[in-house]
Amino acid sequence: MASVAAKKVQFLETGLSSGFWLLLGGLGLLVLFGLGAHYQMEHHGHWISGMNNQIVWGTPHVFAIFLIVAASGALNVASISSVFDKKVYKPLAPLSGLLAIALLLGGLSVLVLDLGRPERLTVAMTHYNFKSIFAWNMILYNGFLAIVAVYLWTMMERKMNGYSKPVGFAAFIWRLMLTTGTGSIFGFLVARQAYDAALLAPMFVVMSFSFGLAVFMLVLMAAFRWTGRPLGDVMVKRLKNLLGVFVAGVLYFVLVYHLTNLYATEHHGVEAFVLRDGGVYTQIFWFGQILLGSLLPLALLYHPATGSKRGAIVAAALLVILGGFAQLYVLLIGGQAYPLVLFPGYEVSSGFSEGVVNSYSPSLPEVVLGISGIAIAGIMVTIAVKVLRFLPVSLADEVVDPHYAPKA
Amino acid sequence: MSEQKQPDQSRRDFLTKGATAAAGLSIAPGVLLFGAVNARPADQAVTDQVRWGMLVDTNKCANGCDACVTACKKENGWGEQSGDESHSNELQKSQWIRKVELRHKQTGFAHSLPMMCQHCEHPPCADVCPTGASFKRADGIVLVDKHICIGCRFCMMACPYKARSFVHEELTHQRPNAPRGKGTVEACTMCVGRVDAGLRPACVESCPSQAILFGDLKDPNSEISKTVAKYASTAIRPDLGLNPGVRYQGI
Repeated sequence: MASVAAKKVQFLETGLSSGFWLLLGGLGLLVLFGLGAHYQMEHHGHWISGMNNQIVWGTPHVFAIFLIVAASGALNVASISSVFDKKVYKPLAPLSGLLAIALLLGGLSVLVLDLGRPERLTVAMTHYNFKSIFAWNMILYNGFLAIVAVYLWTMMERKMNGYSKPVGFAAFIWRLMLTTGTGSIFGFLVARQAYDAALLAPMFVVMSFSFGLAVFMLVLMAAFRWTGRPLGDVMVKRLKNLLGVFVAGVLYFVLVYHLTNLYATEHHGVEAFVLRDGGVYTQIFWFGQILLGSLLPLALLYHPATGSKRGAIVAAALLVILGGFAQLYVLLIGGQAYPLVLFPGYEVSSGFSEGVVNSYSPSLPEVVLGISGIAIAGIMVTIAVKVLRFLPVSLADEVVDPHYAPKA
Repeated sequence: MSEQKQPDQSRRDFLTKGATAAAGLSIAPGVLLFGAVNARPADQAVTDQVRWGMLVDTNKCANGCDACVTACKKENGWGEQSGDESHSNELQKSQWIRKVELRHKQTGFAHSLPMMCQHCEHPPCADVCPTGASFKRADGIVLVDKHICIGCRFCMMACPYKARSFVHEELTHQRPNAPRGKGTVEACTMCVGRVDAGLRPACVESCPSQAILFGDLKDPNSEISKTVAKYASTAIRPDLGLNPGVRYQGI
């Protein structure tokens, strides 16, 4: 049943247990709720959501963009093994590719199900405006799915193993383009104070490193724990150190973004809004994104007392994900809540929310739809590891540590 | 008897006046049409020989007056003129045109102006639209093709003027000249149907102080071209370089 994919690491499908069915059932229920929420929004129209003509992208987009960004980041582990030739990561590469595909499809599902006219998906596929960064992204998403699928094939089919490196390299380049595209959805919006920054594209790339790895680590640890497979400290320590570097990287970009804005007087308004006067957005920024989502996980990952404890590492990964949602909430919704500046130097008012902070509160259908995107990704991973050999039988220290290699 | 031989003057008058009125009624629209704006024959494609534009004189635009907004609602069937958007809250209801009241922070100078789709030469909404549903006609009018709009709202994120609205619910009572649809984005069409018929947009017609001038910016002899050549006018957010078709005086 088992095959030898790496030099000595064996891969095996997960077994049929009550836990498998329980997990599948739970995730399936969440997907059903999500479809129900989608049906409600499509049947009645978006008035049942918290979105309006000022906050046009709401909670579903926070979930969708998190999943899309995390998808490209989840592929990093495979890239490190193929592109940067770190053999220790090789046993993780198939799961990394699988997770990348699953997260992307989960995110895209949410994005599509929130469209005003989702039944016109075929229109979106047949009518391309090549100047639109959104249209580019559709090509980037589909290309990513195709390249990663081929990448998985080269990794999992022994005859194809030789092609794994060049295909892995292509996948790595493509994933950088994909996240650049995702960041540019906002970076290319010239009129909004919070966006319109070239920095957003590389910032999204680093965010993807961080969010994607955090999700990967949680899935890896959960899968190994629930299937009773050994996962040694050597692997976990490498991953958690890498996560720490990525979290610090995101923090650096956030710092540069805000410092640049603070230097330019024209951006003082939006900076004051996010950093000081924005109410819920300010709180989510300082407590969610910075304290809980960045500083606390850094402390947990690097402090000698917690850095080697599994519980603390799991908590840190969860906090990074929480911080990611907080960051996207502040950027997406906070960025829209801050009013457009049409008449600099003037106080403005109109019957259409002129010059006031736009209000938004997430509605239940939006949250349920967003969560269903995570569940869709979860179902795909759960089934895929059951039917195909994505997971190594063991990642115990003696298996993964190159210095441990016994003489053959 | 002699009275009976007299022709019935009142009946003759009636017939004469009636014939004149009938002739007038049948000829007048054509004459008026000919006189107003050159109507484009329906079988001819829109050309870039014209660029429709508006010039708003904010000095004439009265604070508190919203005749243009009311006329737009009536013409295009939105707002209270639609009776459809009963579920949507105030932030969700469509707004094709709005009156903005301005007060300068330093000088205290207050005035007001109408704000709608600015019909940019380089519209960011059309740039970002993934399907090309948002587009600019050759004559400069920016529109949404409701048949291929997927309702992604990226155009609303990109529009610097907050000019677009998303239809949040089912609509039933629509004007034939202004189709609207749940789940799609809409905005001021510069009353494209009226313009094609040689008429002026409803907001222009309705303004009691004639604060909005409509015409062909490419025709050097049009009133709007002569006025923008003679008096200072500006676009809103000219720094973006979008060259809107709607320009303003007095801001």
